[in-house]
Amino acid sequence: MHELSIAMGIVDAALDESQRRGVQVSAVHLRLGALSGVVKGALMFSYEVACQDTPLQGSRLIVEDVPVIIFCPQCQKERQLPSLQLFACPECSAPTIDVRQGKELEVFALEIEQETKQEVEVPEEEVQG
Amino acid sequence: MSGPRLVEVRRNVLKQNDVIAGVLRNQFRAAGVFVVSLVSSPGSGKTTFLEKTLTQLQPRYRVAALVGDLATENDAVRLARSKAPVKQITTGTLCHLEAAMVQSALQDWNLDSLDFLFIENVGNLVCPSSYDLGENLRLVLMSVTEGEDKPLKYPTIFNSADVAVVTKNELADAVEFDWDAARKSIHSVRPGMQIFRLSAKTGEGMEDYLNFLSQQLVGHRAVARI
Repeated sequence: MHELSIAMGIVDAALDESQRRGVQVSAVHLRLGALSGVVKGALMFSYEVACQDTPLQGSRLIVEDVPVIIFCPQCQKERQLPSLQLFACPECSAPTIDVRQGKELEVFALEIEQETKQEVEVPEEEVQG
Repeated sequence: MSGPRLVEVRRNVLKQNDVIAGVLRNQFRAAGVFVVSLVSSPGSGKTTFLEKTLTQLQPRYRVAALVGDLATENDAVRLARSKAPVKQITTGTLCHLEAAMVQSALQDWNLDSLDFLFIENVGNLVCPSSYDLGENLRLVLMSVTEGEDKPLKYPTIFNSADVAVVTKNELADAVEFDWDAARKSIHSVRPGMQIFRLSAKTGEGMEDYLNFLSQQLVGHRAVARI
């Protein structure tokens, strides 16, 4: 179980962002890919532990499950994978290893209660998941 | 302003690990060393397999190994019999290796003097899948005694691997191992992945796998020179 170290990484990232922006965080929104290798239940439990004695204590972790999207070489289309047990196009059954989404482990957004200074505009650039 | 508000931040939680892994990968390329990481469940025969790999590559290549283990140094002691340089990374209670551990273990090693470096991860088919170690090739090992459907139970790690080795083939008949079913389940989670079936104990099938590694090294160095 490596979810505690992942949870500590989430807390570090959220604390860093909240301090940079001078805001207090009430919830952390996480995008969690089905191929990230992280177990949601264990992560939720670990998050509480990781938050202890930090300014994030009492905050919530809100997890958005991100499904695996593959690119089908036959259909030339992106499709959602129904099962991790079969890496093939759900429409035409062509096997594929071209994974376009599903490895995400990303602190996506922070829910903030109050602002102590003007929020800084952050460019919307894609971060490698 | 009052009430909750959402601020987009988009931070990759494993960014620090990925950055270090990127640094390592550049170092490996510059040194011309081909790095293979080994992942498997506990008891699949990873250490025996690695010991044989080191011993059989040694006449032709300069090889070394890093070994992750929870608490003991038994694996490093066993691997030292191959006479290759071996270093233990004792992870304590941690169930996987991270790039920073590899970086610190390699600090006093001269990578230029190596052809192959093997990194044996902690026996675990779940946690290691999340961590890039800067390796050039991730090898997943399963033994015939584990059951043909292992890849279906741990699709994430098998999907993240580049090559699969099915070992302990000398026991295949005794456990009525169904090779076609195993191959099918590996290819179900990682279509097209190259699979080597071998016995580290008897040496059967090792030659094909070692030739594959030699070819990988040639390819790696050809790309590094560009």
